[in-house]
Amino acid sequence: MIPVTIEQMSMRFGAVKVLHDVNLTVQAGECFGLIGESGSGKSTVLRCASLLQDGWRGRAMIGDTSVRDMSVAQRCRSLQMVFQDPYGSLHPRHSVRTVLSEPLKIHAIGDAPDRMRAALRDVGLPAEFLDRYPHQMSGGQRQRVAIARALILDPKVVFLDEPTSALDVSVQAEILNLLMRLRSEKGFTYIMVSHDLAVVDHMCERFAVMQHGRIVEVLDRDAITGAGAKTSYARELIGASLAYENAL
Amino acid sequence: MDPILTVRDLSVHYPGAPVCAVKSVSFTLGRERLGIVGESGSGKSTVGRALMRLLPDAKLSAQTLTFEGVDLLAASERQMLRLRGARMSMILQDPKYSLNPIRRCGEQVAEGVRTHTRCSKKQARDKALAMLKAVQIRNPERVYDLYPHEISGGMGQRIMIAMMLLTDPDMVIADEPTSALDVTVRLQVLSILDDLVRRRGIGLIMISHDLNLVRNFCDRVLIMYDGRVVESIAAGQLDQAQHPYTRGLLAAQPRIGGGRGPLPVLKRDPAWSQPMEIPV
Repeated sequence: MIPVTIEQMSMRFGAVKVLHDVNLTVQAGECFGLIGESGSGKSTVLRCASLLQDGWRGRAMIGDTSVRDMSVAQRCRSLQMVFQDPYGSLHPRHSVRTVLSEPLKIHAIGDAPDRMRAALRDVGLPAEFLDRYPHQMSGGQRQRVAIARALILDPKVVFLDEPTSALDVSVQAEILNLLMRLRSEKGFTYIMVSHDLAVVDHMCERFAVMQHGRIVEVLDRDAITGAGAKTSYARELIGASLAYENAL
Repeated sequence: MDPILTVRDLSVHYPGAPVCAVKSVSFTLGRERLGIVGESGSGKSTVGRALMRLLPDAKLSAQTLTFEGVDLLAASERQMLRLRGARMSMILQDPKYSLNPIRRCGEQVAEGVRTHTRCSKKQARDKALAMLKAVQIRNPERVYDLYPHEISGGMGQRIMIAMMLLTDPDMVIADEPTSALDVTVRLQVLSILDDLVRRRGIGLIMISHDLNLVRNFCDRVLIMYDGRVVESIAAGQLDQAQHPYTRGLLAAQPRIGGGRGPLPVLKRDPAWSQPMEIPV
């Protein structure tokens, strides 16, 4: 298990500053949530920290090493990401076998067949799925493949960018259970972006509330029901989510 | 109460599909708020589109499909053009894709009035401005001249609501009206819609995958699974739902402050896809 630290991360797109000195400390083995409205910069934090997006200032550390000091190969093996939309994040003309074998080939890892089967088993899919294409799978199965792809290089840290918001509640429950099980089995550190406070409350011990590219407040999950938020925006967000759930 | 809409054994078959997307669905709608819930692929949006006859390629069949005395299956396209937008309208999911990006918002709202009533441009504009005000847009004059890319999602959805209610329809179908919105604006948009629908006595069909939402904003809920209605229940009694599918959906929803153990997972039963009697 390995901690993640983000220090003074700032990012601008042209004239617009989208991240203002974001600081985060995520403990080893923790599941840390990032919540906020669309456009608040939560996905950008993940994209910057994983160097999918460069041109930002500040530092992102995985354990004791800055992501910038890692080689690409090293970075990919310690940090992986699961994206929001399983319909968009898998190549439509690549079979599951291609999707899973490519990272193994690049990193020159042996016994590919066994590893691929193990990865599918980990996410609860039968080995026959290796020969399927994305259009032959349901949304939940595709997201499982996307998770298997992230796991096949045995990363220590997994970034989850709205992993269930494109899925039905029934399928969301399966994927959330899977993510929880994998974390306890393999000791991953998760940073999870979501706009659904109920999902964050279910998954994360702590979470940060973001607005306009700033972290407004970092809260424990107990602060949601215990009214522990101090800033007005965090209170508004929590209030709206509770109202939405309880207005019933 | 006189029903606005009567649907009896509606089936929809898309060309090339092995089975019907909607299988003998029956319900009536009065001046009330009816929710249709189900997973993606359950056929709930197809029902909404079939009612508006927006499925040119699909094969519709039904024993009865009448809207205010008009047989929707037999109606000519000409008749449908007079109904759509004027007496029945539809609020779509995402304002980003359903507003025309190269026309000003206000013009798009006013277009409905111009199409369905004889009036001057000035009158249409005044009506549109009044309606924008009714959906709580603070500065309607300014927003009227904005393009869709210049407004937020919440405002876009309110503009869509304004557009759809402007012609005083009797039935509004809202297809996932708020799932593209942030939770902070979602309640606001819903309460605006709810308020207008109640005050005008409109029959609302709210199509959603969100049980919380329909429980909150509907009087009655139909639960769809695999093209069939498996349960019809008063929204207030959703907690006492009998059908295992409904109960499974309710249980799978993570709750704030809930136990953090594994969520109960839906165990699908092939029997749910079989025809069954639903008291309407």
